Amino acid sequence: MNAPMTGLAMMPDLEPPRLVDEEPAVVVSGLTKRYGDFTAVDQVGFTAFPGEVIGVVGESGSGKSTLLRLLNLEEQPQAGTYTLGIKSCAGVNLFTLGRFESRSTRVRHIGIVYQNPHLGLHMHHTSGGNVAERLLVAGERSFHALRRRARAALDASEFPMDRIDVPPLTLSGGMQQRVQLAKAIALEPDLLLLDEPTTGLDVSVQALVLDTLKRLQRDRRITMVIVSHDLGVIRTLADRVLVMRRGAVVEAGLTDQVLGDPQHPYTQQLVHAKL
Amino acid sequence: MTPLGTDPAASPLLSVRDLAKRFEIHHLGRQVATFQAVDFDLDAGEFLMLGGANGTGKSTLLRTLYRSCRTDTGTAIYRSARGPIDLLRAADIDIAWLRRAEIGFVTQFLQARPRISAEDIVAEPLLQSGQDHKTAIGEARRWLDAFGLKPTLWPAYPSAFSGGEQQKVNLARALIRPRRLLFLDEPTASLDRLARRALVARLEELKRAGVAMIGVFHFPEDIQHLVDQQIILDADTPLADPVSQGDMADVAE
Repeated sequence: MNAPMTGLAMMPDLEPPRLVDEEPAVVVSGLTKRYGDFTAVDQVGFTAFPGEVIGVVGESGSGKSTLLRLLNLEEQPQAGTYTLGIKSCAGVNLFTLGRFESRSTRVRHIGIVYQNPHLGLHMHHTSGGNVAERLLVAGERSFHALRRRARAALDASEFPMDRIDVPPLTLSGGMQQRVQLAKAIALEPDLLLLDEPTTGLDVSVQALVLDTLKRLQRDRRITMVIVSHDLGVIRTLADRVLVMRRGAVVEAGLTDQVLGDPQHPYTQQLVHAKL
Repeated sequence: MTPLGTDPAASPLLSVRDLAKRFEIHHLGRQVATFQAVDFDLDAGEFLMLGGANGTGKSTLLRTLYRSCRTDTGTAIYRSARGPIDLLRAADIDIAWLRRAEIGFVTQFLQARPRISAEDIVAEPLLQSGQDHKTAIGEARRWLDAFGLKPTLWPAYPSAFSGGEQQKVNLARALIRPRRLLFLDEPTASLDRLARRALVARLEELKRAGVAMIGVFHFPEDIQHLVDQQIILDADTPLADPVSQGDMADVAE
């Protein structure tokens, strides 16, 4: 997690882990994505351990969302490796998978919640149907199992069961995010990606969604990567933080340290601008 | 693994040498020094009191050892149940593990999250370490009771509580899990006498159980009888030379 901070009075590098001997859940290294001459993600690397929440902060255009799309296997990078600590693809760079395998890995092992519910949901289908569809794609065919598992996922996302047949289109923003969350966790993913999941919600609704995420993380130990420009959200959820600027990680560390004793000039600006 | 705080080989539990902390404030182009050349050894069951005027860096010292702050100067060798490690250089993931398993930090402020009840906030650390909900809530209530929070407030949201009541919730949460090393940052500030007494009783208990503590106290007379060592930090905090112009250029954008 130690990003280089060139040109600064440097803190000494940290040692490799010695007390924790768990296998990482996610290892990303040298990830680079260019669009023509523009480098959206520049040599990004990080490691996440099972149950950890990694926050990604930075201004618009810093490459946060591109990073998330790469982690969701929606795009191919020019360089970099990405492995998940799961048996079926241990040690395999997920970017080398063929189209079919890549899609199946995404469905089975990775869940995502977008800021915009339209990206993640069929707005005219029922809420329960949206979740069941995810299970169908993964091969579940029994009607009863579909219904039971969809309900369980919606329940874990604290979605009110009496609205299970209501299409997301007519739900509030907070409820739409709960449907997205249910869909994302229905298959018990090894990695949950969250792209500004509470941006645009009322503050009180935001608190409830955050609480749900916190509970999920605690009860199920899902490894999460959450992108947000809201440092309050990051402070509440993330164990560790990556600070991105112009596609690169300029600082990484424990959340309370990065937000309370930021080292990089950019992080200092970011923290002071938001407090 | 040995039980908490009982390993005879773990002496001293914490060895700090030449510890210093400077804050580099990029937009001012200068460094602000706090404490420097701090040395001490702390054994299991020992209590170290940090003294000194406001602004001498007492809280910063605690935060540096807890790794909420980084420093480039000194060493702090902590003898974890899993082996010795320098707290100033340990991997973030190791520090996160130590915070869950061995090292606690008690502040004077509750970070109340909206719409989470007092008893749930207190129970959370136990839930995180895998206890079932019923046991955790039972234990949480026992703690809230010990600190004198009225049972009618247990299921209420602390964001509406007074400062003193919030602090009782905060202390219960911070002390509910067993620790080998505790940092105490003015935990008695804003507490009434009854709650202060309950806290001191709990600290006595912890000390007897072998928990090492480093504390900053607003009312030192409350805990004077627990103190084994004292370090007074210097009042004057010299400003270091401005950093080079090269760093300034980076800030200017």
